Amino acid sequence: MKKRIKTVNKQMLNKTLKTGGCGECPVSCQSACKTSCTVGNQICEKN
Amino acid sequence: MLIHRMHLDEHYAVLDINSGAVHLVDHMIYDLLSVYDGNNVEETMVAFINKYDEQDLREAFVELKELQEQGLLFSQPFPVPDTFSQEPILKSLCLHVAHDCNLRCGYCFAGTGDFGGHRALMSKEIAEQAIEFAIAGSKNRHNLELDLFGGEPLMNIPVVKHIINYVRKREKEVNKNIKLTLTTNGTLLSDEIIKFFNDNRVMLVLSLDGKPETHNNMRPFPNKVGSYDAAVSGFKKVIESRQEKNYYLRGTYTHYNLNFADDTLSMLDVGKKVSMEPVIGTDEPYALTEEDLPKIMDEYDKLARIYLAKRAKGEAFDFFHFNVALDNGPCVAKRLAGCGAGHEYFAVTPEGDLYPCHQFVGREQYKMGTLDTGIERQDLVQHFRQMHVMNKPMCKECWARFFCSGGCHANADMANGDISKPYEYGCKIQKKRLECAIMLQALLTEDVNEGGEDLRPEIDNFTFQA
Repeated sequence: MKKRIKTVNKQMLNKTLKTGGCGECPVSCQSACKTSCTVGNQICEKN
Repeated sequence: MLIHRMHLDEHYAVLDINSGAVHLVDHMIYDLLSVYDGNNVEETMVAFINKYDEQDLREAFVELKELQEQGLLFSQPFPVPDTFSQEPILKSLCLHVAHDCNLRCGYCFAGTGDFGGHRALMSKEIAEQAIEFAIAGSKNRHNLELDLFGGEPLMNIPVVKHIINYVRKREKEVNKNIKLTLTTNGTLLSDEIIKFFNDNRVMLVLSLDGKPETHNNMRPFPNKVGSYDAAVSGFKKVIESRQEKNYYLRGTYTHYNLNFADDTLSMLDVGKKVSMEPVIGTDEPYALTEEDLPKIMDEYDKLARIYLAKRAKGEAFDFFHFNVALDNGPCVAKRLAGCGAGHEYFAVTPEGDLYPCHQFVGREQYKMGTLDTGIERQDLVQHFRQMHVMNKPMCKECWARFFCSGGCHANADMANGDISKPYEYGCKIQKKRLECAIMLQALLTEDVNEGGEDLRPEIDNFTFQA
């Protein structure tokens, strides 16, 4: 049990190297921005 | 760079850049990570031995090493996914249905609607041709997005309706899920068109800049009268009619309203799903300046505190740029492709000309072809496709690279005349709001992990919810 660190997520981006890339997710600028690319504001369509 | 530290008031966090893991840490760990690089334990001990107890330091390194062994701290870079060597498949097309507008917004990148050219409306024939171009380009992919944009798209209501009817017919025939989005200033929304949009699953981006005086200052009618009342009247009707779903109120802040947190909160009087973006510009009087940056950073912190407080009280407040999914975010390929402009995403003008995105329209050196010829500039397609964060020198070293995907190409071109160099001013703001977003979602996720109520926002990829 860690005293000083709380890991809030255990995402492993590199694991999606082989599984990702289906391209079914939205184009990021299409939603609410129109002026900045914010891919971080999306979820994977497979989830 | 392998990690990034951030804090908000008494909260401290560290992002492991290559894995995407986020850790909430105490102040001592936050301190240590200013020196510790994953290997130099003794050097770090020496740096902090007079500040912290030695036993505490040793225990801290046990915790840090454990995360390193799990691949959740100081994780190493990975290669570019194979998808980037494959031919791109179109996933979205922006239809400029009206190069005309009934407002004269002071900051309009579309030159108040005409994109530097003449005012024009898209015909039904060009619209159908554009839809067929998108359907063919999307190949076997199931999801396809079409965005109806302007100017003000509702200056061309007959064609907007025609497009929507045509899309809903064609998507059944070709067995695709076609997502429709329309951006509007709201002043031409009627009960009839609202019902039509609701019946046909059209997501809406509603342009509102905040308080009446802020909005009216930048978004007047040609006779200089502000458009706030007309816009909000339409927005309230449409938001109520779709039960607070399937829209974002989207604002722009400028040098004139650096207190944009107040404007963002004012938008909550109209709807609870809001987005607020910095204006793009360099020399214009409304453009944001270097001197404005400290105030802008403070405003994001202010918004973050208010967001957390409202969430804790169960009050609705969905701020688009704070919606970061820490656990189920996009794959590496998506994080590199970003907006897809120029290879997965294009914009088409009323005349049928194709550009990398809506913001490039009118920049003739970026014209990529026409609906008649198809994409002719394959050199540009490859240029955009390869211009991802692992190939851009500045982005490659930036902690935010897998969240922002290198930022907006159009802004990079505007600021530097080169899409390989990001628009640095925008980067500074982007990084600040990402720090706020990551910290907020980390705190909300930690509450869930400890058995508390789930107060995190629902991230729906702007998909129409029935």
